[in-house]
Amino acid sequence: MITVENLKKVFSGKDGDVAALNGIDFSLDNGDIFGIIGMSGAGKSTLLRCITMLEKPDSGRILIDGTDILSLKGEALRKARRQMGVVFQGYNLLMQRTAAQNVAFPLELAKTPKKEIEKRIKELLALVKIEDKADFYPSQLSGGQKQRVAIARALATSPEALLCDEPTSALDSLTTKQVLGLLEEINKSLKTTIIIITHEIGVVRSICNKMAVIDGGRFVEQGSAEEIFADPKSEITRLLLGISEAAE
Amino acid sequence: MTEFLAKYGPLLAQGTLDTLYMTVVSTFFSYLFGVPAGVALSVTKKGGIAQSPRFNAVFGWAVNVARSIPFIILMIFVIPFTRLIAGTSIGATAANVPLIIAATPFVARVVEQSIEEVDRGVIEAARCMGATDFQIITKVLLVESAPGLLRGLSISAITILGYTAITGAVGAGGLGNLAFRFGYQRYQDDVMYTTVILLIVLVCLIQWLSNWAAAKADKKIIK
Ligand SMILES: Nc1ncnc2c1ncn2[C@@H]1O[C@H](COP(=O)(O)OP(=O)(O)OP(=O)(O)O)[C@@H](O)[C@H]1O
Ligand SMILES: [Mg+2]
Repeated sequence: MITVENLKKVFSGKDGDVAALNGIDFSLDNGDIFGIIGMSGAGKSTLLRCITMLEKPDSGRILIDGTDILSLKGEALRKARRQMGVVFQGYNLLMQRTAAQNVAFPLELAKTPKKEIEKRIKELLALVKIEDKADFYPSQLSGGQKQRVAIARALATSPEALLCDEPTSALDSLTTKQVLGLLEEINKSLKTTIIIITHEIGVVRSICNKMAVIDGGRFVEQGSAEEIFADPKSEITRLLLGISEAAE
Repeated sequence: MTEFLAKYGPLLAQGTLDTLYMTVVSTFFSYLFGVPAGVALSVTKKGGIAQSPRFNAVFGWAVNVARSIPFIILMIFVIPFTRLIAGTSIGATAANVPLIIAATPFVARVVEQSIEEVDRGVIEAARCMGATDFQIITKVLLVESAPGLLRGLSISAITILGYTAITGAVGAGGLGNLAFRFGYQRYQDDVMYTTVILLIVLVCLIQWLSNWAAAKADKKIIK
């Protein structure tokens, strides 16, 4: 349902141009968990920012259920955005709203009736197992709890895909495991397609069925996670695997 | 002391009321105009949600020009306009006109600064959830910056209070007028000192109220 074709993005700065994306292609089926891994500066965030339309790519297409979202404007664009939930490394919660109000936020934006919002808040907070913190403000929550609220918020409009940029990079290893477990559960129960950007091979290893290795704005390797782990083809992949094994 | 109060009490009470009246009305209207102006200054900046560098440059320049005119000159300069709006150019009500004109660009900058403090990541998150520009302004920018806006409100109100003392010198009433009439024109230091003390009390009161409101509103600080 998500297809990305030949995505390119160049940033021009004072010290010359940086080709952040150099022609990215991939295609996902419903229910995939796709891990995109790469070193710092490889273009991971830029790719995700293009897919979430926070950044405009120079060329290429992003098809969601056959519609090129780059051609959308106004209300059609906002509607398409509600089909994608985004989870950020820094949580990006509204600091002046409680956990429950944060979850309600995307529904309010979509002008959902109040009664329905109340119902959704309960369901979602239960799903991410944080019902007891409904009336807490983000400043009163731990990193893991904040990310749970952020995931609940991203799921509020029942999106078809969840896009996560380094969702666990600010968390300790136990909390990382719990948050990844939660994402896997969501994928199983709601059939939500998930894209995870990360620089930690462990994240890909634990939950992704498909993966891609990005370097210099290009996928140097992509396919089934199992196969790539068994037989890494590129130098970068071996390096990423090696680093993780050395650290373990 | 009782003699002093009997003689000047009513005058001082009226002066305090006039000063408060000018401060409250001018602050209210300068926020009514200054908040949209401050939002416009912030969102049209490069990288803002409705970026428009040309509009921002022109508007920012106009705000700077308005801010650089000394208040006493602006007050005289706008007298014809004051007459048009208030029917007269003397008295506390008339004084509100130049006060609002002088304070609005000031308020715009104070508001702009508070809005700049809203985390860009939160704005982007709202964007990803399909928020319109208007929703980002009303539900993210103004709400997330509310504690900062409240703190800025005291800076603006105290600045306006200072301006009212100047309008007092040209006959707009208020504590400034009393201090000027008794202290400067009649050398009655006791009245002048009393007005100064009353002004200090008012400033402290405004500061204390807004600190309290901002602390109460801010959920970012763990209590
Ligand atoms: N707004 C921008 N302006 C100019 N250059 C940029 C911008 N954003 C990213 N870049 C450049 O594009 C390249 C890719 O950046 P990107 O943020 O996508 O990397 P990343 O893979 O997410 O890295 P990290 O793991 O450190 O987050 C980098 O060389 C970066 O300097
Ligand atoms: Mg990044």
